[in-house]
Amino acid sequence: MARRLHNFNGGLMLDDHKHEPTRIAAAPSHIPPRLYLPLHQHIGSPAAPVVQAGDEVLKGQLIARATDYISAAVHASSSGVVEAIADFPLPHPSGLQGPCIVIRTDGHDRWLKRDHLPRRDFRSRDAHELRQEIRDAGIVGMGGAGFPTAVKLNPGPKNKIDTLILNGAECEPYITCDDLLMRERPEEIIEGMRVMLHILGAANGVIAIESNKQEAYRCMLAAVQAVRDAALEVIMIPTIYPTGGEKQLIKVLTGREVPARGLPANIGVVMQNVATAAAVYRAVVLGEPLVSRYLTLAGGVPHACNLEVLLGTPIQFLIEELHGVRTTVDKIIMGGPMMGFALHSDQAPVIKTTNAILLSTVADRPLPARGEPMACIRCGECARVCPAQLLPQQLYWYARAREFERAQSHHLFDCIECGCCDYVCPSHIPLVQYYRYAKTEISAQLRDKQRAEIARERHESRQQRLERQKLERAQRHEARKAVVESGSLDELANAESRDAKKAAIQAAVERAKVKRESSGLEVKNIDGLAPEAQQKIAEVEARRAHRPPPDDNTVK
Amino acid sequence: MLPLKTPSSPHAHAMSSVSIVMLKVIVALIPGIIASVYFFGWGTLINVVLAAATALLSEAFVLRLRGHAVMPALLDGSALVTALLLAVALPPIAPWWISVLGSLFAIVITKQLYGGLGYNPFNPAMAGYAFLLISFPAAMTTWLLPEVVSGVHLNLIESLRVIFLQKWPMELHVDAVSMATPLDLIKTQLGVHRTISEIRFGTSIIGDFGGKGIEWVGNWYLLGGLWLLYMRVITWHIPFLMLATLFAFSTLFSLYDPDVYSWPMFHIFSGGTLLCAFFIATDPVTAATTPRGRLIYGAGIGALIYIIRTWGGYPDAVAFAVLLMNIAAPTIDYYTQPRVYGYDK
Repeated sequence: MARRLHNFNGGLMLDDHKHEPTRIAAAPSHIPPRLYLPLHQHIGSPAAPVVQAGDEVLKGQLIARATDYISAAVHASSSGVVEAIADFPLPHPSGLQGPCIVIRTDGHDRWLKRDHLPRRDFRSRDAHELRQEIRDAGIVGMGGAGFPTAVKLNPGPKNKIDTLILNGAECEPYITCDDLLMRERPEEIIEGMRVMLHILGAANGVIAIESNKQEAYRCMLAAVQAVRDAALEVIMIPTIYPTGGEKQLIKVLTGREVPARGLPANIGVVMQNVATAAAVYRAVVLGEPLVSRYLTLAGGVPHACNLEVLLGTPIQFLIEELHGVRTTVDKIIMGGPMMGFALHSDQAPVIKTTNAILLSTVADRPLPARGEPMACIRCGECARVCPAQLLPQQLYWYARAREFERAQSHHLFDCIECGCCDYVCPSHIPLVQYYRYAKTEISAQLRDKQRAEIARERHESRQQRLERQKLERAQRHEARKAVVESGSLDELANAESRDAKKAAIQAAVERAKVKRESSGLEVKNIDGLAPEAQQKIAEVEARRAHRPPPDDNTVK
Repeated sequence: MLPLKTPSSPHAHAMSSVSIVMLKVIVALIPGIIASVYFFGWGTLINVVLAAATALLSEAFVLRLRGHAVMPALLDGSALVTALLLAVALPPIAPWWISVLGSLFAIVITKQLYGGLGYNPFNPAMAGYAFLLISFPAAMTTWLLPEVVSGVHLNLIESLRVIFLQKWPMELHVDAVSMATPLDLIKTQLGVHRTISEIRFGTSIIGDFGGKGIEWVGNWYLLGGLWLLYMRVITWHIPFLMLATLFAFSTLFSLYDPDVYSWPMFHIFSGGTLLCAFFIATDPVTAATTPRGRLIYGAGIGALIYIIRTWGGYPDAVAFAVLLMNIAAPTIDYYTQPRVYGYDK
């Protein structure tokens, strides 16, 4: 089927370095002695542990549950004993530590016994039920964003979805894990896609693959032909970075643009990564939660390769397993060279979104450091390659001069941080770093502004209260004077004490109310408790909610 | 165990640098410089050496004063490019202090006083040229007759004597080998009510399109410019629109009254038109940077060149046209921002 493809602005032709790791099949990695499973591997609220240190867990067992609509569960990726729930290095650009569930593995890799036989009857099942299964399996976008998949598959009644795009572009150099997955498990991807098409009620399923993955294209095409589903289409797209960016790929395939501040769903499109589709298949058809993933390991090891890695495996373990010499590694990039981030510790684990680990060693530098930054000569190369059609150099000047309002009016927040401008800059200016800085500063200013607003309101209401009290005092004084003049002192004493009491109660109620509202949500320190204890707390709260609130009549 | 480096993404970079860009510009200028030497003798080369030496020394001096690192700035090649562009625009027999003063003004006043590379609002070479033209009009408009016309060849020593001492070889008189530029000639002759065709065919200094020699030098700049386009150092927007606008204006007026308005190719191949189109108007620092902005910027320069040449007080107008559009560049950029992905506009 011929589909007219479209272009997005700019982009780069990069040396892809994809040959070596695609010559060999993806091998399963070994079970590390310890797995470190962060509670926060996705966009949204962190998961809450449902196990305690000392608990024995089986592979695939739920160890932390989703806490919110936008959140994702975490499962044990191998069998063993929960050793601790504590802070450990996270794979995050900040280099901060965060809560992880540590499992001391027993090496048996025993699955949780499942009463779930393969069921391919998804077409007869309700979308809501299927979404729940995907949610229970802890599936998030595996292309790098980590947005909970079940949420993305629920675009709401206002957005009629006509096209589901499976992103197999894998446009970053070095990364080949999706390539290998498409070659090795095309049926799983196709079935996962059909599950998602059913959930979305979408008529078209498009699988987009960059032209540098001929073999993957052939495999996917064969798999699609085998299922004889006219709704599915495999499209080869030109190899231009960042054609795998969500907005860019939608433009290439449909000619439509995702509206600014909008979602693909607004124009009838949902996009998922191919690995996510395979995970959906495993969850819905096989009943397996997300416990492992394909990833590429390149640079610093004798042979670049792909591995199927258990989530939670420390990077260090992978390096050693592949006979890399850790002592010579001086840079570890998680993700691709264009958008990946440098890790602060080799103890950080593989998580759901880890698609590649690139190592730079003293001897082997696939990614040399940038040159010394020089002055911008306004050559405009950055604007020529910008896939968002921004003016990167203007943004740079504004970020540098801290003119954040102008940076915003030049659409700073439409920057996808793809790094194209930075890549081509002849002056070696760390442009993306400037944009991140400006975005962070603007967000911080916004927060400060909101805080100042709250403080101002508080101050104003205090002023009003003081005014009111002053007025009341004056009135009481007047009344007292009148009473004194009329001579009935007893009555006066009673009236005064009643008024004071009433005011004090009223004030306390108001204070409590303000406190509740300003905190936004009720903070409870119950996340770490056992389910029974939480149940009790919930019951107490339910009773409390039914009790009528105290009002003036009852206290008087 | 080595400490891990944690640079910000992207971690890959193209093999390009300001020095490489500037080097390409210098390479692209070489054919034109060789042609200049071929037609007008050693003078152009002496200008180049004088201007370059002045530019590098003065830049180093100011950088030292400003407390900046000297070597990285000198090695970026931008001062050299400025010096070259100024030098090739000067008359080949201009006294030595013309090159030196112009280069000083370009580097110290126009570039470094505004903050150095990337911060100067005006094209340094053209600001230097305009400064010289206003201050020393006579020296700036006495051009050497091309050797093909005069039959006189000055060797290197003779050229040095002319430039440094204003001493011509015994048998020559300055009037015999110098001339007004073709643009100047046409302007003054029109002033005494001669028609274009009378002027064109009544003199030996005008060739097929523009001034003899000058038109050929222009050709070689054109070639260098096309190479820069091919190497993606510059984009087509500014040169194309500048030349197209100049051509359109001159065609229109020449059709209206060919006796008063010069023929279109004369405008393209005279003065600094081609040098400007590919090397000066395309100076990224001082030009507009948005795609649409570059079109407007180029068209503006083309139009101003025609207007000033035809109705203004100066025979050539490249420097003034560029400087005027430099002023407008930030505003042009502001109003020609591209449509950002996802916005209607």
